[in-house]
Amino acid sequence: MNLINPQAIYTLWLREMLRFLRMKSRVIGALGMPFFFLAFLSVGFRNTSFSTTSIDYTSFLTPGIIGMTLLFSSTFTGISVLWDKEFGFLKEIMVTPVSRISILLGRIAGGATTAIMEALIILFAAVVIGFNLRGIYGDSSVEGMVSGVILAFIFMVLIATTFISLGVSFASLMEDMEGYSLVMNFVIFPLFFLSGALFPIDNLPSSVRFLAFLDPLTYGVDGLRGCLIGESELSIFIDLLALIVSSLIMLAFGSYLFKHTEVD
Amino acid sequence: MEAPAIVTHDLVRRFDDLTAVDHVSLKIQKGELFGLLGPNGAGKTTIVKILTTLIKPTAGSATVWGYDILKDQDMIRAHIGVVFQDPSVDNKLTGRENLDFHARMYGLDRATRERRVEEVLKLVELSDKADILLGKYSGGMQRRLEIARGLMHHPNVLFLDEPTLGLDAQTRRHIWSYIKEMNESEHVTIILTTHYMEEADFLCDRVAIIDHGRIIVCDHPGVLKSMVRSEELPDPSLEDVFLHFTGREIRDEEGNEGQHARKIMRHWRMKRR
Repeated sequence: MNLINPQAIYTLWLREMLRFLRMKSRVIGALGMPFFFLAFLSVGFRNTSFSTTSIDYTSFLTPGIIGMTLLFSSTFTGISVLWDKEFGFLKEIMVTPVSRISILLGRIAGGATTAIMEALIILFAAVVIGFNLRGIYGDSSVEGMVSGVILAFIFMVLIATTFISLGVSFASLMEDMEGYSLVMNFVIFPLFFLSGALFPIDNLPSSVRFLAFLDPLTYGVDGLRGCLIGESELSIFIDLLALIVSSLIMLAFGSYLFKHTEVD
Repeated sequence: MEAPAIVTHDLVRRFDDLTAVDHVSLKIQKGELFGLLGPNGAGKTTIVKILTTLIKPTAGSATVWGYDILKDQDMIRAHIGVVFQDPSVDNKLTGRENLDFHARMYGLDRATRERRVEEVLKLVELSDKADILLGKYSGGMQRRLEIARGLMHHPNVLFLDEPTLGLDAQTRRHIWSYIKEMNESEHVTIILTTHYMEEADFLCDRVAIIDHGRIIVCDHPGVLKSMVRSEELPDPSLEDVFLHFTGREIRDEEGNEGQHARKIMRHWRMKRR
């Protein structure tokens, strides 16, 4: 049996798209939090400046909120495997002769598409409320903007892959949705705050800062900043490399756990 | 003689302190319509879940269509069809979309897919309801769609876990005739679990009566009946056989209290969705 089954991956993606289109309230609901974070923080902290960077707060914040949108949406899709378990549909998927890795890739394809659509809507909304998209060279040149957005898209795919796999890993270890708020409050929020989405990680005490460098989202947010406003703390290529590594590790981890999960 | 469709050797499955399946050894021939008969919580569904590769046995071994349940899971999955006891459909998709999803996952090409979807819809008389969301189906319609889905990819072995649970007499009769038809004209090997005696009596070539995870007897319904025939009971039904072997004590629903609570929650959410 083929390990990678494109037809099955496409089928799972298609199902996700149909569900996405039929549950508009979920999409709008998912956009609410990042939008209000973006709108209120960029107004409330508009006079804030950091010693490490000269850019305005809205420019600093927008890539962070895009990272946040991807983080929350992706983890949610991963954990929503549990919903399929609750409603019995996972059994239907699991008795088909499709390899577990293809099932996982199908979910990532579907989840990444929705997460990236949400992230692009947030990016658009940010531009509307005053985000200055300057592109990868930071000079607002057309060439820099185009290549910046394309590279940002690659970053988004890698961020989504990492965190959907993380979500599926949690779902494989959990019996039902009871543990969901635990994961949300003790894993996802710390990952968000450590990533430097809201403030430079240099402001963190050094005892905590090393944790930020273990957080894949740190590289994601930094990379997105590099792509969209042309300023990043690390080189974009280091960010890209770190995210490729993290998505491969999480993919391996997720598919291992998913393979050994029993569907009761 | 041809190799059997299913062989199990001393299959055991424990959940914490509960032994749901206790040294079950079975041999089911190709083309047979085999019934697993038992009271609530006897372990029927657990056996089906092990044989369909959804859960692993604690001990023992089994082969389905010649493939080992621990080593060749993907090969087994390609040869079986399953109709689960609990709902396993996507409520946000229409009937047709649910069937199409299934056909695509089994790698059927477009032409075959379209033909089979129409065929099985007709078989369960849901053609006119095909484009309605599953969430709007009644329990019986949903059940019929799941049975149709189990047949779509022409499985060699079909598992039917309580296929007529909660259906009215008309629909039940209807489903019985599909099951018989499939077994006779398409030579599908069928493993059916039920606690409806007349269902097993009407359909099955052979039945195994199972209680507390153990097989108590396994034979043709006629032979089983003759085993309990006596002066007070000159013409026993399969129900008499069943009560004779499993006693008259009332059984609790399968699983512990936690599982029960989950079932209620699931039901509640299902309604809400």
